[in-house]
Amino acid sequence: MTGQAFDEMGSGESLRAAYAAIADWLRQTPQADLMAKRAEAEVLFRRVGITFAVYGEGGDPERLIPFDIIPRILARAEWEGLSAGLTQRVRALNAFLGDVYGKQDIIRADKIPAHLIQGNDQFRPEMQGFSPPGGIYTHIAGIDLVRTAPDQFYVLEDNARTPSGVSYMLENREAMLRLFPRLLARHRIAPVNRYPEDLLTTLMAAAPERAGPNPTVVILTPGAFNSAYYEHCFLADEMGVEVLEGPDLFVEDKIVYMRTTAGKKRVDVIYRRIDDDYLDPEAFRADSMLGVPGLISAYRAGNVALCNAPGCGIADDKAIYPYVPEMIRFYLGEEPILANVPTLLCEREADRKEVLANIHKLVVKLAQGSGGYGMLIGPHATKAECEEFAARIRARPQDYIAQPTLALSTVPTLVDQGIAPRHVDLRPFVLSTKDAVRIVPGGLTRVALREGSLVVNSSQGGGTKDTWVLEADPAPQSQSQSQSQWQSSGSAGAC
Amino acid sequence: MLSRTADSLFWLGRYTERAANVARGLAVASRMAGLTAELNAEGDEWRSLLVAAGCEPAFFEKYDVVTQEAVIDFLVRDPDNPSGIIPCFAAARHNARTVRTALTVDMWSAMSDSWNHLRQIEPGDFQGEKLPGFLEWVRERVLLFNGAAMDTMLRGEAWLFVQLGTSLERADNTARLLDVKHELLESEADNTVAHGQWQAVLQSVSALRAYHWVFRDRLSPARIAELLILRPELPRSLAACYNRVCEVLDGIAMEQGGRRGDPHRMAGDIQARLKLSRIEDIMASGLHEYLTGMIVSAAELGQAVESFYIRP
Repeated sequence: MTGQAFDEMGSGESLRAAYAAIADWLRQTPQADLMAKRAEAEVLFRRVGITFAVYGEGGDPERLIPFDIIPRILARAEWEGLSAGLTQRVRALNAFLGDVYGKQDIIRADKIPAHLIQGNDQFRPEMQGFSPPGGIYTHIAGIDLVRTAPDQFYVLEDNARTPSGVSYMLENREAMLRLFPRLLARHRIAPVNRYPEDLLTTLMAAAPERAGPNPTVVILTPGAFNSAYYEHCFLADEMGVEVLEGPDLFVEDKIVYMRTTAGKKRVDVIYRRIDDDYLDPEAFRADSMLGVPGLISAYRAGNVALCNAPGCGIADDKAIYPYVPEMIRFYLGEEPILANVPTLLCEREADRKEVLANIHKLVVKLAQGSGGYGMLIGPHATKAECEEFAARIRARPQDYIAQPTLALSTVPTLVDQGIAPRHVDLRPFVLSTKDAVRIVPGGLTRVALREGSLVVNSSQGGGTKDTWVLEADPAPQSQSQSQSQWQSSGSAGAC
Repeated sequence: MLSRTADSLFWLGRYTERAANVARGLAVASRMAGLTAELNAEGDEWRSLLVAAGCEPAFFEKYDVVTQEAVIDFLVRDPDNPSGIIPCFAAARHNARTVRTALTVDMWSAMSDSWNHLRQIEPGDFQGEKLPGFLEWVRERVLLFNGAAMDTMLRGEAWLFVQLGTSLERADNTARLLDVKHELLESEADNTVAHGQWQAVLQSVSALRAYHWVFRDRLSPARIAELLILRPELPRSLAACYNRVCEVLDGIAMEQGGRRGDPHRMAGDIQARLKLSRIEDIMASGLHEYLTGMIVSAAELGQAVESFYIRP
């Protein structure tokens, strides 16, 4: 698998310009030095406490996500294209959310089957007829991209609810700056560190008008046992806002307050990192201890903003995903810049037949799964596993979608045996306000560390890399040209 | 500031201070045990330590006799003893993690590095010959943490609540330590054993040199008591600790537009008593009674802080 995949660095004649300096560096640095740097990075991450809490699975409850020291590089032009495509896509997703919770034009225009919305667990009837400030639903979106060829990116998945990983994007860059200052100085890399400021701007813009120019913004976390707890605290820290747990908040007369040492204090914007189901036991799951009773009534009264809005799950559902290109055409009147992976919906009879006949070649996913659980990778599965999935699909076809196995691109990665190609994906983070869409240049590159594996999820043994977007692309061959000029003018010896 | 954050910061201050105090106590006991058999004649240096740490009953639920090894294990590692060094660090680390955002990177690194080391430690790393080195390390880690707070923390409420926890815990510890030795300090016996014990009391609060600087005289029980109770220039004396507690409570009130309550009144009362007392009167009316009163006051003040700021 890895052998046929597109190698983002390339080698020899096909070495790609953006990677020239990295290739040089890798050639010149003894492997023992690279290994030592890798060990140093681990100490650094452990000390800062950049951990991924995994409770109840045995082993170290504060696990480190492996960090690979070889960066993934995107040329400027590549990024410009991606960035335009991401902006377009997220604008369409927000328009779609406003529509499905509003007039539902897209259903009446027959662009999306009604039952995919009405019968969907992710559709929140509570949100119907309510419009959040500025009409933005998914203020923070994470769009997963994969690449199969120099000019071919695909959107693998939209994350419109509570996408995580942005702290790794920022900390990976910090680690690289600390470990390899000279290497970074040889490139001109677009900085990512204004993300927290952009995030705060985005959250403040979501505030109810009443809150005035300086709204109180907080982050709501499920608590220290959540796998992304580090990230919640990190972002709160970077933005200078409080990170809260449910019991720190209470609602009185549909107004949300936090409990402080000086008494109660009104809250205007909640960046919630809790799923819809757990937000408010009065509105959703009654057995939840994580949320705040009465929160949704305060939200619907327009007294507090929730980011992202409840009900965003309908936009990133895998059953809705195949229709995103149609959304872009329908709401924006534009052709999609970023491609979708061709997707078969098992509930359609023709699609289902095709899936069952070719299951050993396809990736089959739960329409509503996450974290890499409950999926079948046909080419890597045994016959028995394929048959078991086929039976599941026959029993509940509406639960499954299937896609071709893409030859995900690879980036050289430092593994125990040395430097080897490993598959990667990319999650940029897209921030939306009513006036602007902001994306810091880069994103989180996840890497499947096991040879041949396509699964990059951190819960499934994936690692991460720093993602560099070059400020300016190196002119191809410019270095050797200038060298030959030096030589022809006879001044090479003077250097 | 969030009440929950204040709670965690207050206890973060208390637990780190407690860990260091237990280490100080153990270091002195170990030193006493290492001196002549006569000095350690009662064999109860270890037992006093359990009393000072407030965990004598818990110890005897587990052990029948006081042995050096058992006490060390109980006070360093035993997960059943919440006042032990490692459990204190675990609790402090947990509190630090829940208020990660209120700490500076330097404080967090100090805490995290300490914890990463401690969680891998085994009895062989702190028993026997290894004990003094280990205890020194513990004290250094707490000094580093306190120094990081001192040097990097914004002087806002977060800082004030950490300081409140640290000062109150320190006051409590000094009172307990003196109380364990109250009989010794009240007797007029002046012999080698008593002298060694007096030294130990001063050493456990790093005040032996301070004594000489302040009094320029031989050790005497009343002066030791005076130094540790009434002298504001010794940072671990009750007077100094309560001056700090009042200062910190004033700071918090100022942050909140002058809002004051029971904690301010109670701390002010203790501070005034310490300021106006004479050591002769304290000794005459009974050192033990006085110190017991101080230990009770510290507990009541802790309760008042809780119900005023944290769980109103």
